[in-house]
Amino acid sequence: MSAAVTQLAPVPLRVAAVVRETADSVTLTLARPDGSAVGPGAPGQFNMLYPFGIGEAAISLSSDSAETLVHTVRGVGAVSEALGRLRPGDWVGVRGPFGAGWPLEAARGRDIVLVAGGIGLAPLRSVIHAVLRDRAAFGRLFVAYGARTPRERLYVAELEDWQARSDIDIAVTVDAGDAHWSGRVGFVTALLANAPIDPARCIVMACGPEVMMRAAARQMLGRGVPIENVYVSLERNMKCAAGLCGHCQVGPLFMCKDGPVFPFGRVQDLLGVREI
Amino acid sequence: MTSNDPPASPTAEAGHILPAAHFDALLTLLHEDGFDVRGPRVQGGALEIGKLPNAAALPQGCSATQEPGAWRLQHTGTPAWFGITHGGMSWKALLHPARTRLWSAERTADGFSVHEDAGPAKPFAFIGVRACDLRAIAVQDNVLQRGPYVDAVYNARRNGAFLVTVDCAEPSGTCFCVSMGSGPAAGSGYDLALTELDAGSASHRFLVRTGSRAGEAVVQRLGLCEATHQDSASAKAIVEGASARMGRSMDATAARATLSANRESPHWQDVAQRCLSCGNCTMVCPTCFCTTVEDTSDLSGDIAERWRLWDSCFTFGFTHVAGGTVRESAGARYRHWISHKLLNLHEQFDESGCVGCGRCITWCPVGIDITAEVAALPQDVS
Repeated sequence: MSAAVTQLAPVPLRVAAVVRETADSVTLTLARPDGSAVGPGAPGQFNMLYPFGIGEAAISLSSDSAETLVHTVRGVGAVSEALGRLRPGDWVGVRGPFGAGWPLEAARGRDIVLVAGGIGLAPLRSVIHAVLRDRAAFGRLFVAYGARTPRERLYVAELEDWQARSDIDIAVTVDAGDAHWSGRVGFVTALLANAPIDPARCIVMACGPEVMMRAAARQMLGRGVPIENVYVSLERNMKCAAGLCGHCQVGPLFMCKDGPVFPFGRVQDLLGVREI
Repeated sequence: MTSNDPPASPTAEAGHILPAAHFDALLTLLHEDGFDVRGPRVQGGALEIGKLPNAAALPQGCSATQEPGAWRLQHTGTPAWFGITHGGMSWKALLHPARTRLWSAERTADGFSVHEDAGPAKPFAFIGVRACDLRAIAVQDNVLQRGPYVDAVYNARRNGAFLVTVDCAEPSGTCFCVSMGSGPAAGSGYDLALTELDAGSASHRFLVRTGSRAGEAVVQRLGLCEATHQDSASAKAIVEGASARMGRSMDATAARATLSANRESPHWQDVAQRCLSCGNCTMVCPTCFCTTVEDTSDLSGDIAERWRLWDSCFTFGFTHVAGGTVRESAGARYRHWISHKLLNLHEQFDESGCVGCGRCITWCPVGIDITAEVAALPQDVS
């Protein structure tokens, strides 16, 4: 593939729907017209979203739709908070999609374990959608999801749908429950010990805090999953998303163009170095 | 504009001769061909890269001393026209500008429309590029033009640029291009490579080597005489002399292994006690390419712009994410910078990110010396 001159200008797309997920998170559905300069992207890839006049942030795709771009955004700064204020009919600038996505091709015919912490469920939801769309192509699907509190769970109605289905195993845990919570409390990694999968023919995909991903990877390696079948998605500060601004480097890797999804074996040594 | 393709056929083996008295003919030709001609200029007591109308504007008669934390201009009256190796400013200021508007946008009925800024009206011609800086341009070419994505701003400024190098006769106290394999004679990638001969005499002249078809065409149009073997022997002696007088040295191969083995080392804390995290080294480094963006809007909120600025990995906010800053300590930031130069760029782009120009040493306010820091790391940590 020959190199293309990087698209500098955001493409305006219309907000088709907004769903409030939690006190600080929303899911935006953007209409993507036929022939749009912004492609549909693949699970694990991300777009740079630009609320007009404010700034740009890297936000992963949280569904696998071709007609729309779906992004779940947690408001943690000026740009993400401005994205959270968008209403249907508003316009948002988009550059993308960028990056290497989840290994869905490699996962065909295998069991899949998804390990999500907090907002890390958003990029993995796109995997769940893709697997459910072509369910027979994959083996068992096990999802371990950890949120801080019950109120901070994303996609609550969808979680219930998934829990009701027989073709997906989903286990949810929280760091701290409340008066209405009767589910599990504790680390998400505790859900992995008895995950009903065949370690020899399974692909693991993890997204969440780095300490969680490292623990999850170690746990699954301990269960006999080959290291080349364990994948993680990393986050660093990004400005250009195209390997040109230098911000997202971790050792020799650019998170934007080499990642954000990496085979764990490629990053485990780097992630063990403090402040890298 | 024709490109920097290799020459179609070998020109005169020894090159050609441009008499100093005819140097202006070269500049005039480039001006007439529509180039924005830039070269070294002494301005305000510093060496900068400015518009070069004629040879008289070159820093003739000037020298400079460079040591850790010090750059001093000296009016020594040296007869050389290119007696100063380099200043803090490098050609990246022109090819990869420190501050540039990427686009402006205004709200419309269909969201907003974006207008990207055009590149410069004229291609650049650079006069007096040093061998280290020629290598540095090649490094930035790799980063900004040869990856999966091409940087539009750099591309527009770099393509069609005509590069005239001048070999160094007198390296500075912080130079170590020999160690990095980048100088003092220009390697590849130039259109014309000059060596200044017999400055101060009636036969003051430049040996001219061609490195591209565009360079060959210029030599032909100037009607330059072929050089003699004596001319090329003189040029060779000048380069060999400069090689022998390097201010510093570094074992670049050992540096890779040393940095790879010292990701965790108490030495980073030692550097951090001296490093001010000011970012000067990244500003003067001719290969440092990092940038940030600033988005602005007018008071009405209907007009917006995006500007791109040089950034430095020494700032606290450089690695800021929702959870906080990744490289919180100055030691981690210095480790990132030196490791990127001497180790990681090899893996990313198959070459060193350091060209041995020594600017980071000269312009560090506390004189931190990249060659000394590498040497101070434990060589064997097994």
